[in-house]
Amino acid sequence: MSRFHLPWQAIATILLCAIAAATLPLMVPEATAPMAAGVGALIFLLLIAAAALACTKLPPVLDAAILFVGAHAAAWLLLAGVAGSEGAARLPFFLLIAAGWLLAWRCVTVLAHLRSHSGLSKSLLRLIVPAIFGIWILIIWEAATRGFGIPFILLPPPTAIAARITGSLPILAADVVQTVFKAVLIGYALGCGSGFLVAILADRVAFLRRGLLPIGNLVSALPIIGVAPIMVMWFGFDWQSKAAVVVIMTFFPMLVNTVAGLAASGPMERDLMRTYASDYRQTLLKLRLPAAAPFIFNALKINSTLALIGAIVAEFFGTPIVGMGFRISTEIGRMNVDMVWAEIAVAAVAGSVFYGVVALVERSVTFWHPSIRGG
Amino acid sequence: MQKEHLFKDKILPVATIVLAIIALWYVAAVALNAPFQRDLDRRGNVTSTTMEFVGKTLSQPKPVMPAPHQVAVNVFDNTFLRSVTSNRSLVYNAWVTLSSTAVGFLFGTLLGILIAVGIVHVVTLDRSLMPWIIASQTVPILAIAPMVIVVLAAVNVTGLIPKALISTYLSFFPVTVGMVKGLRSPEVMHVDLMRTYNATPAQVFWKLRVPASVPFLFTSMKVAVAASLVGAIVGELPTGAVAGIGAKLLAGSYYSQTIDIWAALVAGSVLAALLVAIVGLAARIVDRAMGGRPA
Repeated sequence: MSRFHLPWQAIATILLCAIAAATLPLMVPEATAPMAAGVGALIFLLLIAAAALACTKLPPVLDAAILFVGAHAAAWLLLAGVAGSEGAARLPFFLLIAAGWLLAWRCVTVLAHLRSHSGLSKSLLRLIVPAIFGIWILIIWEAATRGFGIPFILLPPPTAIAARITGSLPILAADVVQTVFKAVLIGYALGCGSGFLVAILADRVAFLRRGLLPIGNLVSALPIIGVAPIMVMWFGFDWQSKAAVVVIMTFFPMLVNTVAGLAASGPMERDLMRTYASDYRQTLLKLRLPAAAPFIFNALKINSTLALIGAIVAEFFGTPIVGMGFRISTEIGRMNVDMVWAEIAVAAVAGSVFYGVVALVERSVTFWHPSIRGG
Repeated sequence: MQKEHLFKDKILPVATIVLAIIALWYVAAVALNAPFQRDLDRRGNVTSTTMEFVGKTLSQPKPVMPAPHQVAVNVFDNTFLRSVTSNRSLVYNAWVTLSSTAVGFLFGTLLGILIAVGIVHVVTLDRSLMPWIIASQTVPILAIAPMVIVVLAAVNVTGLIPKALISTYLSFFPVTVGMVKGLRSPEVMHVDLMRTYNATPAQVFWKLRVPASVPFLFTSMKVAVAASLVGAIVGELPTGAVAGIGAKLLAGSYYSQTIDIWAALVAGSVLAALLVAIVGLAARIVDRAMGGRPA
């Protein structure tokens, strides 16, 4: 084995750097805040050094670390350089960003093929790889908006959105309280709870189950979100109407999944319960509900997203002057696009946290399930 | 297991529940419309018997809760009696929504399949993309709908494409997840068999993985088509779209035309049921063409 290998991303990086060097400068001469020559040289140096080191046979962890530092330091310098002179970037700027992206790709490839045995490093890897991907989406977004000088109204750069988020925390917090803590959580609890109870009832009464299941399946496919204007008309502008929409949206997935879950325990296990002379209630609590737990959690996860969507869309039809849907629809009218994106980012985080909490509870409740035990 | 009796075990329970819902609906309509009607009667100094009163609550022009027959009449009028080109016709509005749904669904399915193929074959994509695809669905994308549409309108992309984009975003996810599962569904035995045949990766893909994934594809397409209809309807809400089921909903809510809202909802539901049925039919045809036997 030689001491060198040639990953194609490293070769492409060096090629891109060469083309960029041939077509300098990075920015048009009229740029308002031109980049210092030293910074430009440093960027080239970082990229080429990282690419060259990637060609030598280093331990994978060290290899990945060098690539990570090289790619992100170069990207950071580039982005810091272009800030202030939007729209002034020339071709080499984008070539260098692409070179950094290729190095990051190589880094992710190395990390993805890493075999680790300890639990901690495994879960760390599972976090880092997608994190790098996410960071590069933001970097490319930032580079594109600043480099091409895309009008702010169309697509604000992520840094501007972040600045807006930190600048208007009280408004965002009030919106989250109105939409998430009032409408979504209350509606979610009521909808899932009633869906669960009706499912138990339907499980007891076969006639009800036969009648409700086809209807439940049909309703799951319907655009239920359309009841939002009716609910606003009935329950007024405040959060009650949004909670009502959420209840309707979450009811049927819960019903259908719970009924399916209650049928999931095997006949053998049920026979065993019968030999124990357990009555209906005991069988339900000790065998069938635990067996149905994966299905129930599936519904809870689906519903966590549906609930947020339901509440926000319902706010388009009328709200008091607070709430995420209200903010989105009014700020877009005032062309405050960064505020809209800030609200979207908050909604995304709220949705992910909601989903994550449900997933965590699922892991601890259904610890016995093969998909969580890992085999 | 006993053989299921079509009438006793299927039609009878469903029909009973449907009748129960309609009965409940009438009761709710009378109850919800009564206060307004009582008010109206008091002002007009009209005294009516109970039956007359109930009859009046069920025939208000702008009721809080329209009775089923009012909705049915409205749907019938706007579907069959109006000319198809009239912008009050439900057929016309459903067609507008359907066209963006179909475009979005098509692109969503293609995108979903492409991503799934990438994830199954490239380890790097599997590790880095999959968590983001799941995270992408926790974003309440429907909330971004006004954003997307206004942004695209600013660069002179209006009409069908922005709505279709939202449908695409909503429908690619189920297809990706289903296809990843489907493309990975062949057992180790089968993959090993292909290896003993000295099959190339392309051959393994086309002759083993793709056929194995077809049932998964159609199952997820059923979910995706429903999702893209929702996307198209919501896409029509914030834009002040002039036509489409979403626009009908919004107009109805502005002018308190409750019967119109309910009729639009019925139209959307019928459309959703039809789309899912079409995908189901396609699944059956493909299944039969591939030599599947009824289980």
